[in-house]
Amino acid sequence: MSDKGYITTAWLVLSLALLFGAALAGVEMLVADRIAANKLQETLSQVSVLVPGADEGKAYELEGQVFYQALAGGERIGWVIPAAATGFADKVEILIGVDAEVSTITGLYVLAQKETPGLGDRIREDAWRAQFKGKSTDSPIAVTKVAKPGPFEIRAVTGATISSKTVANLVNATIASVREPLQSAGE
Amino acid sequence: MTTLTREFTKGLWDEIPIFRIVLGLCPTLAVTTSLENGLGMGLAATFVLVCSNGLVSALRKLIPADVRVACYIVIIATFVVCVEMIMKAYFFTLSESLGIFIPLIVVNCIILGRAEAFAKKNGVLASLADGLGMGLGFTLALCVLGSIRELLGAGTLGLFFGERVFLAEPFAFLQQAPGAFVTLGLLLGLMNVVGKK
Repeated sequence: MSDKGYITTAWLVLSLALLFGAALAGVEMLVADRIAANKLQETLSQVSVLVPGADEGKAYELEGQVFYQALAGGERIGWVIPAAATGFADKVEILIGVDAEVSTITGLYVLAQKETPGLGDRIREDAWRAQFKGKSTDSPIAVTKVAKPGPFEIRAVTGATISSKTVANLVNATIASVREPLQSAGE
Repeated sequence: MTTLTREFTKGLWDEIPIFRIVLGLCPTLAVTTSLENGLGMGLAATFVLVCSNGLVSALRKLIPADVRVACYIVIIATFVVCVEMIMKAYFFTLSESLGIFIPLIVVNCIILGRAEAFAKKNGVLASLADGLGMGLGFTLALCVLGSIRELLGAGTLGLFFGERVFLAEPFAFLQQAPGAFVTLGLLLGLMNVVGKK
């Protein structure tokens, strides 16, 4: 380091960072709507997978939060609940499918994640996600490492306990907080 | 051959990234499960490389030697975030399948390497030509690896054909990480044999 002092040396880095930060904010403003629309479309396309039998997804706002109704011939047969939490690396965004009474989990989908490739990102795999399917919401889901998990347990991805627990805890917390409002919604 | 053409073409064969200078192997091994992924990754990296090379070269007299790497990283990261947002907006499925490897272009050795080894001591035009050549060379290498692994490993070539085109039973091994190493190793060997004078 020269004897010129830190600010004199770093003025260019600092001003570039400021300038580029502003420019990126501009780009973000331009494309934010499109990105949101893409995510919405992905969510809606997952509704029929997450709630078997559903043929249409419809946004439903409740207490300022957006849920998706899973409709079959106009009849509500379940819900798709978006949720997010911080995983091992960055935010993990998931969709949880439940039946109309919020008593059984019918599916789980990972919308976005930046977990470690080859380890944590295996939470996206079908086989792992399928473990949540059919679980009752009467009791929180625990993460285990044994080969044969019990009725309220799922098996962690090997080498990715934190990512696995993030998803399981997120499912538990989300269902605990939305169960009552969704059960009474539209009755 | 003019110098500019020379700066462009060296990245396509003589100094082709991956096969000749053997840089940028992390994304190479990770995303080349299909031709489409390889092409997408290559073009995203090319965009970042051309822009960062141009800007580093334009600012080369202003960038203090002590903090040059910090400057490069700010410049590179900006273009990477930019390309990430554009892909999420216009190529959503592709950006989903490339996932974390798009943001990781920031630490791709080829891009930082060209800034340090070329753009900081050459003019803007030459640096743009170098960036474009190196980027397209990288893309080409990713496409070759991606095609081989997709065609033989999954039996498809999704970018061109909807159906399975490789009729024998595919070697699923090639789709896995070890298959990436084996394919890359064989191609590197082949390049050495071909390049031998």
